[in-house]
Amino acid sequence: MSLNKTYKDMDYLLNEAPREQHFITGAQAMAEAVKRASVDMAIAYPITPQSEVMHLVGDIYAQGHIKEYYRAEEELGTMSAIAGAARAGVRVFTATSGPGLLRGLEAIVSWPGHRVPCVLGVLTRVINAPLSIQPDNIEMAYLMHSGIVMLHAENQQDTFDFTLAAFAITEKVDVYIPVSVATEGFFVTHAKGYVDMMSEELAFTEPDPYHAPVPVMDNEVPPARIQRDAPVQKSNFMSYLIHSVWQQEVWDSNRRAMKYIYQYLGGPVEVLNPGADVMLVASGCAAAQAREAHRYAQEEGLSVGFVKVRSIRPWPTDEIRDALKDAKTVIVPEHNIIGWLCKEVKASIPNSGIVVEGPRVYGGMTLPVELIMTEIYDALGMESEILQA
Amino acid sequence: MSLKYMTPASKFKRYLPKDYVELVDYGPFGKDYSEVGVKNMGTFKELVEEHPMCSGCWMAYYIKIIFASLPNPEDTVTIGTAGCGRLAISQAAVPFIYGNYGDQNAIASGLTRAFRQRFPDRQKDVITIAGDGGMMDIGFSMTMHAWFRREKFTTIMLDNEVYGNTGGQESGMSVEGAVLKMSPKGKNFGKMPATQLAITAGCVYVVKMSPTNINKASKAIRRAIFAARKLGPTFIHAYTSCNIEYSIPTPDVFRDAKEKEKGRFAFEEYMTPEAKELFATIESKKKREVS
Repeated sequence: MSLNKTYKDMDYLLNEAPREQHFITGAQAMAEAVKRASVDMAIAYPITPQSEVMHLVGDIYAQGHIKEYYRAEEELGTMSAIAGAARAGVRVFTATSGPGLLRGLEAIVSWPGHRVPCVLGVLTRVINAPLSIQPDNIEMAYLMHSGIVMLHAENQQDTFDFTLAAFAITEKVDVYIPVSVATEGFFVTHAKGYVDMMSEELAFTEPDPYHAPVPVMDNEVPPARIQRDAPVQKSNFMSYLIHSVWQQEVWDSNRRAMKYIYQYLGGPVEVLNPGADVMLVASGCAAAQAREAHRYAQEEGLSVGFVKVRSIRPWPTDEIRDALKDAKTVIVPEHNIIGWLCKEVKASIPNSGIVVEGPRVYGGMTLPVELIMTEIYDALGMESEILQA
Repeated sequence: MSLKYMTPASKFKRYLPKDYVELVDYGPFGKDYSEVGVKNMGTFKELVEEHPMCSGCWMAYYIKIIFASLPNPEDTVTIGTAGCGRLAISQAAVPFIYGNYGDQNAIASGLTRAFRQRFPDRQKDVITIAGDGGMMDIGFSMTMHAWFRREKFTTIMLDNEVYGNTGGQESGMSVEGAVLKMSPKGKNFGKMPATQLAITAGCVYVVKMSPTNINKASKAIRRAIFAARKLGPTFIHAYTSCNIEYSIPTPDVFRDAKEKEKGRFAFEEYMTPEAKELFATIESKKKREVS
C-alpha cells in the first residue's frame, strides 16, 4: 500500500505543523504518534493494558504506515528482536506493561550499552503480588538505573508528543540510546482526552543508519572484524576500563538527551507559581492530580506551586533544585508504594527534610485531589478548619 | 554487497592494517567457492584465524569450517550468545552480534526481517551459531518460535553436550547418566530430540552430524544457507566435543568425533521436497559451471 506522505524533521512536526484537535484515548495517542514516525518495524506481545497500543499499531501496519509487524513469542523475544532489527538499521517500536517489562528487562537494560536506538512504550501496571492489571508505576523504578532515557506523560497529549519526540531523540548521534515513554495504564491509556495532532500525511524523516555513531550490522563495508557487543572477556584492568568508559558514555549520552528534551518538549519540567511556600512535584498521571490541587489552592489563595517532571532520565537536578529553592514544604504525590520520584527529589535539594513522603496510591487506586489538598493544608498548618468547611 | 568499498586506493594501501590488506587480496570475498571454500583451506586468507579456544578444541575446528563454507561472506552476519563458540566467532572477518543469554534466534528474527526491508533485491545471509545450552535450554523458546514463524535464517547448534564455558554443567543435550556439575548423581533424562523438534517446528532442512569429513560438513552448511534464503528456517546440529570437560586427550579428539559419528551423531539429513528440488538445481548448476 502506498500512502502519500510528506517527510519532515521533528522540529517542524512538533513545533510548526498545523494541528487539529481530536478526542482520543492515550493508547490511540501513542499509536497516532507511531503512525507519523515512519516506523519500519513494530514487534508486539500481548499484556494488559499495553495490548491496546499494539493492536492499534497493528492496524496502522495493516494500513501501510509501518513496513513490518509481528507478534513475538514473549517479551524477552520481543526486546531481543527489537535489538536485532535496530542493529540492522531500521526504526523500531514496541510497548509493554508491568510484568512484561520485567520479563524483557534483561534485554532492555542491555540496549543502552548495545547502543540500540528504539522507542519503548511503557503503559504502567502492577508488577508485585498480589498481581493485578491495575495502574501502578513501580515498574519505572526498574528502568531508572538502566541508562535508558525515560519520559513520563501526564495525559493523552503528552503521550502523543513525547512518543513522536522520542523517535528523534533516540537517533541523535550524540544520544543513540533507547527512549521510553511511560504513562499510566487505564488512567491515560483507556481514557479519552483532547489531543492536538498534525495531519497523518506528515511523517518524520526516514532513518539513515549510516548517520549512526556505531556501525550498522549490515556488512555493507567488508571486510571488517566488528562485533556488537560481546562481553569484555578478561579479568584485567583493560576490561574494567572498557566497561567503565562504556557505561560512562551511556550515561553521558543520557545526559546529552536533555538538550533535545528542551528543543522538542520545552524542557524536562513545567513550573507553575515558582517561589510558593508549598511546592507540588509530580510526574505522569499524578501530575494531572497535582495540577488540579494547584488550581484548587490558587482559588483558595494559598501559596502553592507546581512542578511537573517530564523527564525522569535524564533527571533534571538543576531545574528541580531551582524550582524548589524557596519552598518551605515539598509534596510528592505518586502512583507507587516506594516513592521513587520522592527519593529523586530529596536527592536533588540540599534541604531534603522539607519533602513530604507522599501522598502515594498504588495497586490501581485513583489519586483523589483531596488527598493532596490534605497534605497542603497540613503543610500550611490549617488542616482541620478547612477540611471541615 | 559493497565489494567496491573494500578495494583500497593503491597509494593508501601501505597505511592500512596488514590484516585488512590480506583479507582484500587473499580473502574469500567475492570469490567462487571453487577458488576458496573448505577444499582450499590453507591457500587463502581465512575469515577466522587467531582465536582463544583450547588446544584440541573440536568446536574451533568446526567454526573454521563454517566460515570457510559461507557462500557469500561479504553479505553474511552471524549471531551468537554466551558460550565458548563466540570466542572464535567474534574473531571472524564477518560482522558478529552478541545479544543476551540465548536470544540469538530472536535477534536474528528482527535482523533478517530488517534486511529484507532494506535490501529487497539482495540476499543477506543470517546465521545463528550457539551452543547446546544457548539453543536448547535458555534460548529454547526463542529458537523454537523463530522456526515456527518460518524465519528465513540458518541455525547452527554447536553441541558439546555440556556447559563448557561456565565450567562443565549438565545441559539438556548431555546424555542420560552423565555425571557433570549440577548433575552430581548423573543426569536423569536423555538428550533433547533437537532435530525432531526442528522438523516438527517447520525447518525445511535439518542435519545432525559429527563433522569429521570437512566436505560433507561444508555441503550441509551451504545447503542450510541456500535453503534458508528461499524456503524457510534450517538447522544443523553438529557434535563439537569439549575435550576439557570430557577429558578427551588432544590427540584423541578426532577419534572421539569418529566414534560419535557411529553412535548418537550418525549422519541424518532431512529436507522438504522443495529443498530437495532447490539443491538439485543449485548443485547441478555448480557442476556445469565447473566442467
